[in-house]
Amino acid sequence: MSSHPSPTATLNEALRAAPPNVMTKPRTPIRPARILLHLFLAGAALAWLAPLLWALYSAMRPYAETSEKGYVSWPDTLNFDNFTNAFTQSDMSHYFVNTMIIAVPAVLLTLFLSSMVAFYVSRFDFRVNLALLLVFTAGNLLPQQVIITPLYRLYLLIDLPGITMSGKLYDSALGLVLIHIAFQSGFCAFVLSNYMRTLPHELTEAALVDGASVWRQYWQIVLPLCRPAMAALATLLSIWIYNDFFWALVLISTGENMPITSALNNLSGAYFTDPNLVAAGALLTAIPTLIVYFVLQRQFVSGLTLGANKG
Amino acid sequence: MTTETTKETREAATVPPSGAAPAKKVPQGHRRLLTRRDRLTLGLMAGLPTVLHIALVWVTALASVALAFTTWDGIGFDSIKWVGLENFKELFTNNPQFWPAVEHNVVWFVVLIVIPTPLGLFLAVQLDKKIRFSRVYQTAFFLPVVMSMAVIGFVWQLIYNPDTGLINSLIGANEPGKYIDWIGDPDLNLWAVLVAASWRHTGYMMILYLAGLKGVDPSLREASALDGANEWQTFKNVIFPTLRPTNTVVLVVTIIEALRAFDLVFVFNKGAEGTELLSILVTNNIIGESSRIGYGSAIAVVLLLISLVVIIPYLVATFRKERRA
Repeated sequence: MSSHPSPTATLNEALRAAPPNVMTKPRTPIRPARILLHLFLAGAALAWLAPLLWALYSAMRPYAETSEKGYVSWPDTLNFDNFTNAFTQSDMSHYFVNTMIIAVPAVLLTLFLSSMVAFYVSRFDFRVNLALLLVFTAGNLLPQQVIITPLYRLYLLIDLPGITMSGKLYDSALGLVLIHIAFQSGFCAFVLSNYMRTLPHELTEAALVDGASVWRQYWQIVLPLCRPAMAALATLLSIWIYNDFFWALVLISTGENMPITSALNNLSGAYFTDPNLVAAGALLTAIPTLIVYFVLQRQFVSGLTLGANKG
Repeated sequence: MTTETTKETREAATVPPSGAAPAKKVPQGHRRLLTRRDRLTLGLMAGLPTVLHIALVWVTALASVALAFTTWDGIGFDSIKWVGLENFKELFTNNPQFWPAVEHNVVWFVVLIVIPTPLGLFLAVQLDKKIRFSRVYQTAFFLPVVMSMAVIGFVWQLIYNPDTGLINSLIGANEPGKYIDWIGDPDLNLWAVLVAASWRHTGYMMILYLAGLKGVDPSLREASALDGANEWQTFKNVIFPTLRPTNTVVLVVTIIEALRAFDLVFVFNKGAEGTELLSILVTNNIIGESSRIGYGSAIAVVLLLISLVVIIPYLVATFRKERRA
């Protein structure tokens, strides 16, 4: 049991882990078992990528050709026409902008609010802190469908004339931002409070004795030290919020207001006769997450493993 | 300021902190150094996020519970009528979709825990062996976890589509008369969608186990090898038992995933016959043709109860451990 690393230790380890593809270990002699293992892993990895490669292959072929020759056939033409068509015909840039309008404020505000809660919980040992953390974390683990019916009604009831386009919280980017913050902040507060607890108490105590206000302790001392954890969480949150399908499906009624992941469902409905085009659209939707993942792989993985309590 | 301080001291004396007070490392002196403005700041810092979270997550969860005992058409509060256990009675005895949905949620969990979870563990153990290209393999297995369930649904439709899909094209079942309807056939579709779900879950489990394996003390492995244990014995008797904390996390994550399953099925076939899930039934009562608020809430309550049975013991154990640490 004692060998179990604390979540923060896991983070630090993951952040320190060797950069990809760099061989630093001494070369082990080639053994047959190793070769077999590599053959197995390479085969399995290829099998894992196969559905995506198949989607890419289908997306790169003209519909006319596949409907004539069948999908399992040698290609005459391979091009990116379906991608450009999907992008322009269904006005995907519009939906990407919708996603940005929702995701950017949601990620920043979630980190801001949850770091404040974490600061309070980890630095000031008032009696409520454990209960508070428990409430936040448990809330984050609930299936979304448990709360959706009253939430939907609530959003319909709240009138915001002049603030949102729809005049209500329903069918607005603001509504989605709020539920993302409320739902995700539990997880972030949990992770950040664990991280902050590992920072030496002398840091803030000294500041306190010097008369620094609570806000300055938070903003100028604790927060800058949490940068690695914040980076990991920001990566994770961006991908989760970008990938959200359910909240927008229920809480947005106008197709025009949908973020890209949920809009994909409507787009595929409109172009269902051309699977190649739909494949291209789906892959285009996945590209931003793949870029974030490849660039920030370590942050993503460390965030996920340190917040392993997240479904 | 002096009165302020004495008042604070008296308060601290008369209201001693709860239970485990002696174990707490943080000096209570903190509180006395705080100015009124600091305390206001702190209140806001903790209060604002808490109010938002509780209002949108917990109040709505409780509202689900309350609404489950009523009927409501959603127009005006006067039309809310208390009906007691009527919704549940109808749900348990008179809804042809409810028990299949429960069964499918259970099957979803069982499949995830029996196939992709051990597979993810197996891959993690192999990739933990300090082999070349480990990162490349990891990236391939983990890729599906990064993509949205909606995109995964569309990608797998290209494989399962009866006319144009990969499988039917390969086995020649894409002609009239020979169709195998992977998406529509109620005997097949749940399994088809579970293949896609497992495809994603394996990578997730692999990453969790890889993190767990990194925490295993290397000397344990050496000692085991010195004792003459082979690879399997070492894993079974030494490594696996030390992975207990990871296993707990994996179990909870898998149960929650099984309860949350929605996007994939919705994209796949909207939860048609054969793939009903509790989450789908709740959603159909909001955006579907039949908008029955009380009834939908009753299904949500079933989902809530199952979730809490898992969440509460897990969190209590986690926080108890943390308190000791």
